[in-house]
Amino acid sequence: MKTIKFRQFTSLIRKEFYHVFRDKKTMLILFGMPATMILIFGFALTNEIRNTSIVVIDQANDNHSKKLTQKISTSNYFTIVDKQSDPRRKNIEQYFQKGSIKLALIIPNNFSSEIESHNTCKIQIIADATDPNNANVLTSYMTSIIRNYERQISGIPNSNCNIIPEIKMLYNPKLKGAPNFVPGVIALVLMLICVMMTAISIVREKEMGTMEVLLVSPFRPFLIILSKTVPYLLISLLNIILILLLSVFVLHLPIKGNLTFLFIESALFIITCLTLGIFISIKAKSQQAAMLISLVGMFLPTVLFSGFMFPIDNMPLILQFISNLVPAKWFYTIAKSIMIQGSHFSALWTETLILTAMTVLLMVASLKNFKVRLEP
Amino acid sequence: MMTEPIITVEKLSRTFQKGKVKAVKNISFSINKNEIFGLIGPDGAGKTSIFRILTTLLLPDTGFAHIAGYDMVKEYKKIRQIIGYMPGKFSLYQDLTVEENLHFFASIYGTNIDENYHLIEDIYNQLSPFKDRKAGNLSGGMKQKLALSCALIHNPTIMFLDEPTTGVDPVSRKEFWVMLSKLKRKGITILVSTPYMDEASLCDRVALIQDGNILSIDQPGNITKQFPRSLYSIRSNQKGRIINYLRMFKGIYNCYVYGENIHFNFEKEDHREMLVKLKKNLQHKNLFDDTIRIVEPSIEDCFIEMLSGRKSNAIENG
Amino acid sequence: MDEFAIKAQNLTKKFGNFIAVNSISFEVKKGEIFGFLGANGAGKTTAMKMLCGLSIPTSGTAKIGELDVYTQKDKIKSRIGYMSQKFSLYDDLTVLENIMFFGGIYGLRRSLLQEKCKNLLNRLNLNRQRNHLVHSLPLGWKQKLAFSVAVIHDPTIVFLDEPTGGVDPLVRRQFWDLIYEASDRGITIFVTTHYMDEAEYCNRISIMVNGRIGALDTPHNLKVEYGVTSMNDVFYQLARGK
Repeated sequence: MKTIKFRQFTSLIRKEFYHVFRDKKTMLILFGMPATMILIFGFALTNEIRNTSIVVIDQANDNHSKKLTQKISTSNYFTIVDKQSDPRRKNIEQYFQKGSIKLALIIPNNFSSEIESHNTCKIQIIADATDPNNANVLTSYMTSIIRNYERQISGIPNSNCNIIPEIKMLYNPKLKGAPNFVPGVIALVLMLICVMMTAISIVREKEMGTMEVLLVSPFRPFLIILSKTVPYLLISLLNIILILLLSVFVLHLPIKGNLTFLFIESALFIITCLTLGIFISIKAKSQQAAMLISLVGMFLPTVLFSGFMFPIDNMPLILQFISNLVPAKWFYTIAKSIMIQGSHFSALWTETLILTAMTVLLMVASLKNFKVRLEP
Repeated sequence: MMTEPIITVEKLSRTFQKGKVKAVKNISFSINKNEIFGLIGPDGAGKTSIFRILTTLLLPDTGFAHIAGYDMVKEYKKIRQIIGYMPGKFSLYQDLTVEENLHFFASIYGTNIDENYHLIEDIYNQLSPFKDRKAGNLSGGMKQKLALSCALIHNPTIMFLDEPTTGVDPVSRKEFWVMLSKLKRKGITILVSTPYMDEASLCDRVALIQDGNILSIDQPGNITKQFPRSLYSIRSNQKGRIINYLRMFKGIYNCYVYGENIHFNFEKEDHREMLVKLKKNLQHKNLFDDTIRIVEPSIEDCFIEMLSGRKSNAIENG
Repeated sequence: MDEFAIKAQNLTKKFGNFIAVNSISFEVKKGEIFGFLGANGAGKTTAMKMLCGLSIPTSGTAKIGELDVYTQKDKIKSRIGYMSQKFSLYDDLTVLENIMFFGGIYGLRRSLLQEKCKNLLNRLNLNRQRNHLVHSLPLGWKQKLAFSVAVIHDPTIVFLDEPTGGVDPLVRRQFWDLIYEASDRGITIFVTTHYMDEAEYCNRISIMVNGRIGALDTPHNLKVEYGVTSMNDVFYQLARGK
């Protein structure tokens, strides 16, 4: 008996894959969209990292400091607009206030001798954090140039130095509301695939009249709907892998935290989205209605309230409250913390719990509203 | 003669749009085991609602039905095991091939094509040259054959076929009815609906329905026997003029075009004199080139008769 | 000499290797009721689409009156009417709004349109329902209204694609009364149907078989020619004689 049920289930899933693979438009949305989105967001940001104006405060003015400065100026990422030796804050700040630079690098006294005597030496990077995302990217570029230099000189025998970049964010030290587009894009993509495409594909069967035939069959109706979500689940997992690969290898964005953990949290969010999609499909009577509910009711709030485009902390209280109801906000918080701060589950269990609760609630609501007959 | 009922329907009614539209009005009937039972009526008569109620897709507002002894509401799961349903709208996956559709419907019933191939063999033989074609690219007659195969593949006891021949050409329709009679011989009970009156004679028993009411239930032969008047037929190529003349002629109850002929009848059964007068007048006006014949009424004649009666009643009442 | 409403010459339509309509030629006389029959997939719909100018033929020509369907497309549009079972009227507009809208798109003068509208409502007995949504009308009434609207601009020819599908036998006959009236006014009727008794109401019928015209004559002559008593049998013989 069990094997028959399983065979029924797999044949439903196979049929669903046929639908997906035979419709070019669906394929384009499922596979073209995520890659395009991540690349558009990625390059829109990385383009700014070409020839960013910086100032170098070289207090040492010795062999190594000159070489490092040289390396920075040939990197294409940065253009040194000025070079001087006055380390006072007031002096540096006037550059920032004029808006002529985005970053300042301060090389301490005795840079070469510290390096050569294998001491650790601190090098300070100051960034304009009014645009927190940009500041983040800039400092990580600068850091990697310095690390590169370090590796280069450590090739010299007897050189076992340790340059520690000390990063200082000017004006917005905590990088409040610093958006990271990767978790944002993942949230949007999952909204599209798991909520909209899933809802539409179920409602399409209602519209085509095939749902009638399926309902009349002895197959458990809820399983029919569940089986329709399986392909979207698999495709979404694939898409997350694709997005993460693209962001690491094409856009060179670092992921600090545990990849498996990030993947598990993403899977949780996929399930949240799928239940949302099922819920919409149960309520909507036509494909257009399903699309409208998904776009206006789900996609827009994700853009507005997940914190991905607009920092939530700057919003009026009411909107901040509303943002708590948007599942994408919680996923965004989780994914961002893992990717940027390298957080572990101990730091993120509240968010995970909220997301789980939302999913369970949606599942119960779907089961309650599900009809084994046609609606009048 | 087997008269064991397999479907019994008691006082079924169903409204839509919060009671504004009364689709099914307090109807009762029963269907015997292994018969072809036809629901004959125009669009909007309530045929599809009756089908959806009996296939457990809709709940009635009042009344109940038993399908093969099962309670339609409580035991809907059991009913779904034993029925086959072909909805009025083509309801297969257009982006799946003929074979994939059949395979899919077999597997959701937990069976496979080979197990019940004997049931669909005749039908599927005609389809197999197209087995790799997408269902959406089939012609109307082929789609209908595929839909029938899919509804049959799990060897149902009762088949519900909602307007299977609508929009299908006369040749495919004829072939379709041949298939139905073969299925009947295999012991399957068939409930079928159609807007084509001429298909009524192919059913064992029919219910004529209009506006959610059953006008008459019987064997087609008995319904036509009960036609209350003598029916006359004239053949002419000046149909319009004869009709206009008949409409003016006192004592005529009903007259209408019927294929290449005109059918008419009189208000009173005692109308010999009127007929003679009518004949004379028509000949005088050079309006017909044939004799007036008495003809056997068809189901269509009966339906028109019943509708005319209802309409005049309705006018008197309202 | 008879005036022609349609003159089709070697009309052909190919989809890739598949020949849907294979060089058909025929004429329809002005005011004639012309039945266009054929099995599903015989090429009926494709041929009809070409005649209305909705689809361009692969080769061949078609004329409506004196106008070429493909080179004088814009002029053609005011000369033809079209009604199908699927699309005919806007369900969410009232009876009156539908009449005024379709009259309007054919550019009828307001005074003339109002006059026609009044006659039409009287003829169909729809005066009381004039402000009802079309959605609320029974199917048969809808179809009668749709036909009347399709001929409101007195076209040379009106194309009817299975106009009476699913309509009850009484209303179907009322529908045909409207067709006869339009034909008397000189409007040519080009109609497809699956009801073989309706085929008998036509002056002449053609039956398409595999993309060609298998037979074209009056219903009576066809029955004589095939030695049968009903159109159903004529149809059956033709379609089976592949």
